[in-house]
Amino acid sequence: MEMIFLKKLGKQTIQFDTPPTILECASIVGPKEAQGPLAKYFDQTLDDEFWGEKSWEKAESKIIKETVNTVVSKSGVPSEQIDCCFAGDLLNQCISSSFGLRELNIPFFGVFGACSTFVESLSLGSICIESYANNVLCATSSHFCSAEKQFRFPLELGNQRPPTSQWTVTGAGATILTKSGQGPFVTCITPGKIVDMGIKDANNMGAAMAPAFADTVIAHFLDTGRSPNYYDAIISGDLGYIGKDIAIDILRSQGYNVKSNYNDCGVLIFDKASQDTHAGGSGCGCCGSVFSGYLFKQLQERKIKKLLLVATGALMNSTSSQQGESIPGIAHAISIEV
Amino acid sequence: MNSNSSNPIESKQKYQQYVDKKSPNSPIWKNCFNAFWVGGLICTIGQIISNICKERGLDTTTSGTIVSIILIGIAAFLTGLNFFNKIGKFAGAGSLIPITGFANSIVSPAMEYKSEGYVMGVGGKMFTVAGPVLVFGISASILVGLVYLIFNTQSITLV
Amino acid sequence: MDIDWIQVFNWMSLLKCFVVGGALCVIGQILIDKTKLTPARILVIFVTTGAILGGLGVYKYLVDFAGSGATVPLTGFGYNLAKGAIEGVQQSGIVGAFTGGVKASAGGIAAAVFFGYIASLISKPKMKKQ
Repeated sequence: MEMIFLKKLGKQTIQFDTPPTILECASIVGPKEAQGPLAKYFDQTLDDEFWGEKSWEKAESKIIKETVNTVVSKSGVPSEQIDCCFAGDLLNQCISSSFGLRELNIPFFGVFGACSTFVESLSLGSICIESYANNVLCATSSHFCSAEKQFRFPLELGNQRPPTSQWTVTGAGATILTKSGQGPFVTCITPGKIVDMGIKDANNMGAAMAPAFADTVIAHFLDTGRSPNYYDAIISGDLGYIGKDIAIDILRSQGYNVKSNYNDCGVLIFDKASQDTHAGGSGCGCCGSVFSGYLFKQLQERKIKKLLLVATGALMNSTSSQQGESIPGIAHAISIEV
Repeated sequence: MNSNSSNPIESKQKYQQYVDKKSPNSPIWKNCFNAFWVGGLICTIGQIISNICKERGLDTTTSGTIVSIILIGIAAFLTGLNFFNKIGKFAGAGSLIPITGFANSIVSPAMEYKSEGYVMGVGGKMFTVAGPVLVFGISASILVGLVYLIFNTQSITLV
Repeated sequence: MDIDWIQVFNWMSLLKCFVVGGALCVIGQILIDKTKLTPARILVIFVTTGAILGGLGVYKYLVDFAGSGATVPLTGFGYNLAKGAIEGVQQSGIVGAFTGGVKASAGGIAAAVFFGYIASLISKPKMKKQ
């Protein structure tokens, strides 16, 4: 038998004995994100949401395609040496990823975890590295316009966005994981359970996802024996302002104080006051681009040495909303250390 | 720390109450004020058009139809210029409730689904938002007509 | 033909129109902000309410009072449909119940379809800047 380097810790955490390295990251974002506080960290920012394409769906495919091309060329790993790819997005049947990456010629796994997809991909990718692969590509994307079209209303409809609504990020993040490297290392992952606290308001996703975030984070602490101050930063996928507040409250009520080192990708990517994004950013591309653009550089520069990245997703669609279903939330955590 | 005194996720019901308290409300006074004056203004423009029609000797019904067509045309034009959603964001119900909102709700999906073709995209999706308005409006009018018919035949037979 | 501009800008009729039209919109705004109703549902509520009030003969008083202030909001669309259905019944009996409503509001519906199609031909949706 071959040696397996995976170990289960506690109830649901997976620990890596020879942790995979995050070799390289790339990110491309849209025009609104380019006006946000993280603009300088992204590899490329677009002037227009169509990017020369005829539809937003095509534009989103192009964004993820170009992001993947960027990360492959930055990493210096020839694409033939990438063993497989995990990618996902928000559109029905994950068409942005599969159409964007159809010419990639790398074994492809399409994944869906709503806005948690980025960490889901990294988790699955890391497990592949620990079992058979040398290099794995992980990528996610989202596009404000294609997401609004699929989940909400036409863009030109003169409606008002409620203050609890989040703004889907136009952008993509891509990452290459490798077996032997100098770090930052994926040391363990805590896949989350589906948690549904009965929230039905599709304009308040942060509130729907915050309990799942708390559940996964607490499971992670219990399984690993770590406490919140073990980490320099705990970053949630995209709970936004309201979800972030709720998450702090829930964790405090369970005896975990995260106030000083906790933040959220949806809070970081936009300037709430000047960009009028209400409760903050969301979408697969939010966590993807904030990690690939901003957080990865913080890890490389050792400004953050221990990061717990927890991407959260709202597992719903417009049909489930119309049928009066509540919104199940999910959160996957990945511990990244340099 | 009194950790268990206020656990927001104790039950679904408690969590919903907690979330309602935690979520900011819309600035309702400001929204109502904007809705009032923009909605009032749109209606007043309609009244001016209607008055002009009447001065030209047109009857009330025709004037009303002309008002509708002109306001719908303006709303469609502004939607096409990507401007109506800005009015809508500012005025809310002020531009939604007048016939302009009905027009916008037809034009906006038509534009949105252009990428799916002119027949099934534009033609098919045009009524995704406004369809229910026609379904309920027309059905209600037929019911009103039928009730009126029954009521009238009865009164005729009674007499 | 000469137009009597004083009649056109009859301030009293315009004021009544402004206040009633604005007030109907405020009702809609309260529904938007205080309930989770989507715009489509609010429009449905308005058109149905207008048709019912029109059928009951109540809405007519508001139209007489406020003119376009009562006919331009979607309740007026419903009122117009109901009024047309009743007139249809008066003219041609049961068939009129089916034809009258749409006939009376055909101008608006046709204009929305036509202008909607034209607008989609000549312009493209753009991202909300805010």
